[in-house]
Amino acid sequence: MLKKQVVIIGAGVTGTCIARELSRRQLDVLVVERASDVCEGTSKANSGIAHSGYDAKPGTLKARFNIEGSRLMPELAKELGFPYRNNGSLVLCFDESDMDALNDLLERGRTNGVEGLKILSGDEVRAMEPNVSDEVAAALYAPTGGVVDPFLLTVAMAENAAVNGVEFSFDTEVTGIKRSDKGYLLDCEQHASIRNGLDKDGAIQIYADIVINAAGVYADRFHNMVSDDKIHITPRKGEYCLLDKKVGGYVSATLFQLPTAKGKGVLVTPTVHGNLMVGPTATDVEDHDKTDTTAEGLNTVIVTGARSVKALPSKGNIITSFAGLRAHEDGGDFIIEEVSDAPGFIDAAGIESPGLTAAPAIGRYVAGIVDGICHPGMKDDFTATRKAIPCIALADTEERQRLIAEDPLYAKVICRCELVTEGEIVEAIHRPVGAVTLDGVKRRVRAGMGRCQAGFCTPKQVNILARELGVDIAQITKKGGDSGLLTGYPKDTDGIAPKGGVSHE
Amino acid sequence: MLIVERDVRLGGILNQCIHNGFGLHTFKEELTGPEYAARYISQVEELGVPYRLSTIVTDLQLADDGHTKTVTTMDEQGGLTIYEADAVILAMGCRERARGALNIPGERPAGIYTAGTAQYFVNLEGRMPGREVVILGSGDIGLIMARRMTLEGAHVKLVAELQPYSGGLKRNIVQCLDDYGIPLMLSHTVVKIHGDKRLTGVTIAEVDDKLNPIPGSEQYYECDTLLLSCGLLPENELSGQLGVNLSPVTSGAVVNESLETSIPGVFSCGNVLHVHDLVDYVSEEAGAAGAHAAAYIQAGAGSGSGPEEAKVRVVTDGGVRYSVPSILRPDHMSDLTTIRFRVGAVYKDVDVVTYADGRELSRLHKRIMAPGEMEQLILKKADLISQGVPAEYHITIESKN
Amino acid sequence: MEHKELICINCPMGCMLSVDIDDSGEMTVTGNNCPRGDVYARKELTDPTRIVTSIVNVTNGELPVVSVKTKEDIPKDKIDEIIKELKGVTVEAPVLIGETVLKDAAGTGVDVIATKNIRRI
Repeated sequence: MLKKQVVIIGAGVTGTCIARELSRRQLDVLVVERASDVCEGTSKANSGIAHSGYDAKPGTLKARFNIEGSRLMPELAKELGFPYRNNGSLVLCFDESDMDALNDLLERGRTNGVEGLKILSGDEVRAMEPNVSDEVAAALYAPTGGVVDPFLLTVAMAENAAVNGVEFSFDTEVTGIKRSDKGYLLDCEQHASIRNGLDKDGAIQIYADIVINAAGVYADRFHNMVSDDKIHITPRKGEYCLLDKKVGGYVSATLFQLPTAKGKGVLVTPTVHGNLMVGPTATDVEDHDKTDTTAEGLNTVIVTGARSVKALPSKGNIITSFAGLRAHEDGGDFIIEEVSDAPGFIDAAGIESPGLTAAPAIGRYVAGIVDGICHPGMKDDFTATRKAIPCIALADTEERQRLIAEDPLYAKVICRCELVTEGEIVEAIHRPVGAVTLDGVKRRVRAGMGRCQAGFCTPKQVNILARELGVDIAQITKKGGDSGLLTGYPKDTDGIAPKGGVSHE
Repeated sequence: MLIVERDVRLGGILNQCIHNGFGLHTFKEELTGPEYAARYISQVEELGVPYRLSTIVTDLQLADDGHTKTVTTMDEQGGLTIYEADAVILAMGCRERARGALNIPGERPAGIYTAGTAQYFVNLEGRMPGREVVILGSGDIGLIMARRMTLEGAHVKLVAELQPYSGGLKRNIVQCLDDYGIPLMLSHTVVKIHGDKRLTGVTIAEVDDKLNPIPGSEQYYECDTLLLSCGLLPENELSGQLGVNLSPVTSGAVVNESLETSIPGVFSCGNVLHVHDLVDYVSEEAGAAGAHAAAYIQAGAGSGSGPEEAKVRVVTDGGVRYSVPSILRPDHMSDLTTIRFRVGAVYKDVDVVTYADGRELSRLHKRIMAPGEMEQLILKKADLISQGVPAEYHITIESKN
Repeated sequence: MEHKELICINCPMGCMLSVDIDDSGEMTVTGNNCPRGDVYARKELTDPTRIVTSIVNVTNGELPVVSVKTKEDIPKDKIDEIIKELKGVTVEAPVLIGETVLKDAAGTGVDVIATKNIRRI
């Protein structure tokens, strides 16, 4: 049995932000994650927006942590080396009759403490954003809105936590939690993986004085294992389309649509990397894992998004589509507290939008709760900064030359769409909590994130991963578990497969 | 002169196209892709043409003097290098349309590959990317991979094709599908991808004349692998960076009879110009581009044609989707010019007719023409200008009645 | 009288060939645009042959496998057997184009040869 002072369940943005804050303290912290990497749930599939904070109802935790997170984000991005850009946001109002709702939003934002909010006329909006639709009558402008890379925010938090002593156990799924002594006993299943070095599945028990529940859409499951005061989370699916960088400059601010009786609308935004993104839909689903897109959903995204702009350049420019699940708790607000009937068990549950923005503030707050429980001392050797993985695509000639001189692998291009070099990929693999999967590499350095979607570089990346991790290429997966890319050797079946064989299941 | 190649060896995609059928026109024998490439590689070696491998062009710009081209390359040995060139030949080839571009709904498991990626794994790495295979798209690489995967022990369940006709060569349908009893389902497409970690199956539906899935026609097929062979896109990112005019139809450069783009001294050929189906024509076109580039330099680079020079626009319609070249400069034309084009649908028993400002120049009967097969005709310069330089050279399809 | 339809594969034209076979086995081929179509139809219906291409393992090479082909056409019904024979074949790098990797494949009298140069490493 493993004994830890603190176990955090979930290595999404919430769990890693908490881990990083706890890593300032003299605490023995373990993050358990059922996937093979950080950022594999809600954190990987969302709008990537650093919301300014006008949306949440005043007085809620959402409002509080949104504002705090929004204010922390620019400094944090520098400190931890993740991409963030303050591009501002606009909430578009299409009908004069909805002006009241727009003004309500303005008031709400001011109450929440959002700086610089103002209402712009349709013409003022179009002067600022020439491609905004002529239908737009007015808009709420929030200059503090931004876009952030949700993957790298999470990765940066995890790396920095790890550098400061936090341990991670991936491919480890908590199946049961029991009160035990002063703390909790966690039953876990561990799946064989490159990450944990196991060659077959097994089970492990972990004892923790304090358990932090940051399990996203599964947070209700863990909460309800220890508390009689039940909570309930509904996975709310959102589908998105990502467009080519060619059209990434079509708008510069994030364009929201004013929620009306007709629907909540979708956003059109540049991503922090310069793609154009449209989405999300909002559909409540039963399945906590299934992030499938649908023809109707993707169509809704494009049709609804098109309303915001003059001519959404979607045709021929969609490079991928995806869906994510938001963890919507019945109460509608974040639940961030020590559970009243389960001392030492802290929830960070119901973290849906604006969760990404709020996560750094949630991390601080939860660390404060932990302080209140066990009063740990602070480390005097805490490393607060993390250097970003070099990015050849964004580097100028001088910087490129410097990097190449340091390591010639920075001149060896693997992903040509995004101009990602072998040097970057190798660095992503060897970082603390480094990449072990194709998706892990993609989220850290964008290899395969471009217009060919890894058509050309998949074999090269697989070979680099295998070489650096010291395994055969057959062990490399797309996203851990049974997502292997290769199925053996040619001719290792008995002759040519039977003729015909159309099955009609 | 310098060849800049991003791969570890010369020959490009031919190195992984290990099937036979290359070079019938040029060498009068059936070669495999690597053998075909090797013939030209040995010419490069014998002639001592310098080349750099594993080198990528990161930047291609027109210098301030208006005609020097600066080419920035990056590679592991040499780091960053900047070359200045009078002429640049764009021969970057094409890439496959990926799942994202097709926007197929569903989950995002492992096991979805472009046919070319699967081909790389099997033919260069000696590894199988899957066992139970469905192929979407009946382009040539898809058909070839149906046979390759079958021969190497996989079970290819079917090839689904969105269009009512195949985009591949007849020969490949016969020898890659029919030989192995692999069904080709025309007017069918994948409407849903299933599987969390690894692909578990796909839903296939029939489509109507507008290519929209027909509700109720969905069928589920269990498989661990989906190969995509849904068209090729010329890789013209660098051309775009340079400011070369691109055709919205081919996604390749707009070129004149010398295969010269809108920027003097920049030439384009092969699959980056327009997607070919026969490598012999690629080589022929590439040879022509080389000759034109040499002529450009010999004539004194930068001294190119003046704006007053006569130009004939090549106009295509009546089912002819595009032509290469699309501009003809009689002063630069040799006696015979090869015009290549594709049609937009299957045509049977029709004439390909050409006109110079309405005057019929040629009429060629075709029993069958299909979008998957590139057509070509040879234009005699003497015919084109026999009654003065026309404004338009018109290629169209006329049916007999 | 028997009637068969097949597609000529000799060139991209892909002529639709109609073959009438009378009771004595005499064939009449129509639909071909050139003599090759006639030859193809007769051969395909009496003695179909193919070039087989595949890969075999390489040791000490720059790549783990080398591409190969039957040097000439082999009977279509021998494809499976040839692939099975190739399963056990491993060659040592360097490999040169044209090098024999398997003699007399599946008793066809046709050798399987390498189609790619593989450097030794």
